[in-house]
Amino acid sequence: MAELTEELSRVKAEESGAPSPDVRVHPNPEPPHNPREGTPTVIVDDLHIIYRVYGAATEAEKGNAANALLRLLKRQGRPQMKEIHAIRGVSFVARHGDAIGIVGRNGSGKSTLLRAIAGLLPPHSGAVYTDGQPSLLGVNAALMRELTGERNIVLGCYAMGMKPDQVKEKFDDIVDFSGIGEFVQFPMSTYSSGMGARLRFAIASAKKHDVLIIDEALATGDREFKRKSQERIKQMREEAGTVFLVAHNLDVIEETCNRVIWLHKGKIKMDGDPQTVLAAYNKA
Amino acid sequence: MSQPESATADAQAGGPSDGTPVKGQEPLAKLAERYGLRRAIARPSLPVYLRQLWERRHFVMTYATSRNVSKYSNSALGQLWQVLTPLLNAAIYYLMFGLILGAQKGIDNYPAFLITGMFVFTYTQRSVSGGAKSISGNLSLIRALHFPRAALPLAYTIQEFQQLLISMGVLLGLVLLTQEPITWFWLLIPVALLLQTMFNIGASLVLARVGSTARDLNQLLPFIMRTWLYASGVFFSIGDKVVNSAGLPQWVADVMYANPAAAYIELMRDLLIQTHEPRPYIWFVCVFWAVFALLGGFWYFWRAEEKYGRG
Repeated sequence: MAELTEELSRVKAEESGAPSPDVRVHPNPEPPHNPREGTPTVIVDDLHIIYRVYGAATEAEKGNAANALLRLLKRQGRPQMKEIHAIRGVSFVARHGDAIGIVGRNGSGKSTLLRAIAGLLPPHSGAVYTDGQPSLLGVNAALMRELTGERNIVLGCYAMGMKPDQVKEKFDDIVDFSGIGEFVQFPMSTYSSGMGARLRFAIASAKKHDVLIIDEALATGDREFKRKSQERIKQMREEAGTVFLVAHNLDVIEETCNRVIWLHKGKIKMDGDPQTVLAAYNKA
Repeated sequence: MSQPESATADAQAGGPSDGTPVKGQEPLAKLAERYGLRRAIARPSLPVYLRQLWERRHFVMTYATSRNVSKYSNSALGQLWQVLTPLLNAAIYYLMFGLILGAQKGIDNYPAFLITGMFVFTYTQRSVSGGAKSISGNLSLIRALHFPRAALPLAYTIQEFQQLLISMGVLLGLVLLTQEPITWFWLLIPVALLLQTMFNIGASLVLARVGSTARDLNQLLPFIMRTWLYASGVFFSIGDKVVNSAGLPQWVADVMYANPAAAYIELMRDLLIQTHEPRPYIWFVCVFWAVFALLGGFWYFWRAEEKYGRG
């Protein structure tokens, strides 16, 4: 906590500006209708994430066998292994009923942060505390391009942890929602990119979630499908306790979220209501 | 980079929505405790872990089947390759070792001896090498979805098991062709396969964890596997070659016979080939490896559960 405040004040100092009088509390526009409204669902406490990346060689020592042997003899270890400090001390509290948009440039750590919240990336230090199991909206990695849409629907649903009767129940919904029609019997490798994206979204959004994490899911499909998927997200947001959303399309964030976190180089640069943060983000 | 955001962020940093700075001083870990939140990454206890794995059984089965289906989906003959591959393998090994190298001296019904050894060994070999890749090759899946990670090595072994059921059909057909009779011992084949599968699951769990951090394992594995192949007496009789031809002491042969692959090969030969001489304590060795590998493998894999997926 103290560290974070310190960091933030450092950021402030760097920016050499007079502090604004615009100091607000966290916005919560909807009146509390749910008794759980406002209780914390996700707490991120001074989180650090470090990736190890292999194969990032410098120009001089590009992978050839002689260099590799030389390194071994000199006991230099593996210089191609590079550590990337993707998240550098992020802390915040998300509450029931929040829909939090996360913005930031490419490589600012947005996806990494989401994965850590979902419990998929072990923290280097710090911790993420959650109520229930946060789930990432996305099953792409479980699907196989060579298989038919039908098989992929079943596989994807199981991968998300659904039961056989739930899969049966949702199957037609998924096909309808994706709108791919008879293509469901063809391998996914024959789909156009839009069709593939639609099917993936349809599968991913077939499950109910406590804490829902959406990573760029809205950037795909035609206008009609975008409208449908936004509706679906709204509906999921109402069912879920808390929603996290990463999107490069800021309109989507402005429409969907009641709070925006701006990540910059692995740190929180700003955290507040959408208009203010997005305005600042656009100016930056 | 305008000014307001830093001030806003300062206000937010204390803990949003309550806004009072004093309350905001509460350490986040305490706050989490007060509301009963749990760490997002925490390793469940072993019984809970096994239950979670059981709940994911449909995923494991579907994933294994899907991998098998997609494997041959680009070839014209499709699923027929599941039968053709073991047949072709058997033909090549018979040509190589039976006819050219003449390894069949002193072994009655060498074709049955060879293909039994080959098919049984291939099952273990493929499960283990698949297991070694199951974590390192599926990082994107691990980083996207939540499930007990043991589901992956398990699915790879089950995938090989599904293949094995087909190759067992081929094997039994070939053994019958070499004029072995069907005996009551054939009823024990499923038991032998069960024991071997238990061992394979355990071994692939161990290698999955090792392979998730030791990236050079995949380069090394083919050599380890080939050494194992030779040490398991797939195309020669260990007792004959090691003691009689090479003149090594008997205990070397005994140690080689005690290695799990050799044990499961010998067991299957006992069941299928009438003239094959049963090894002493063979059932004991097979049961020991099955139980030891399965329990040890799960325990060893589970210990690192929360670390899989870290780059």
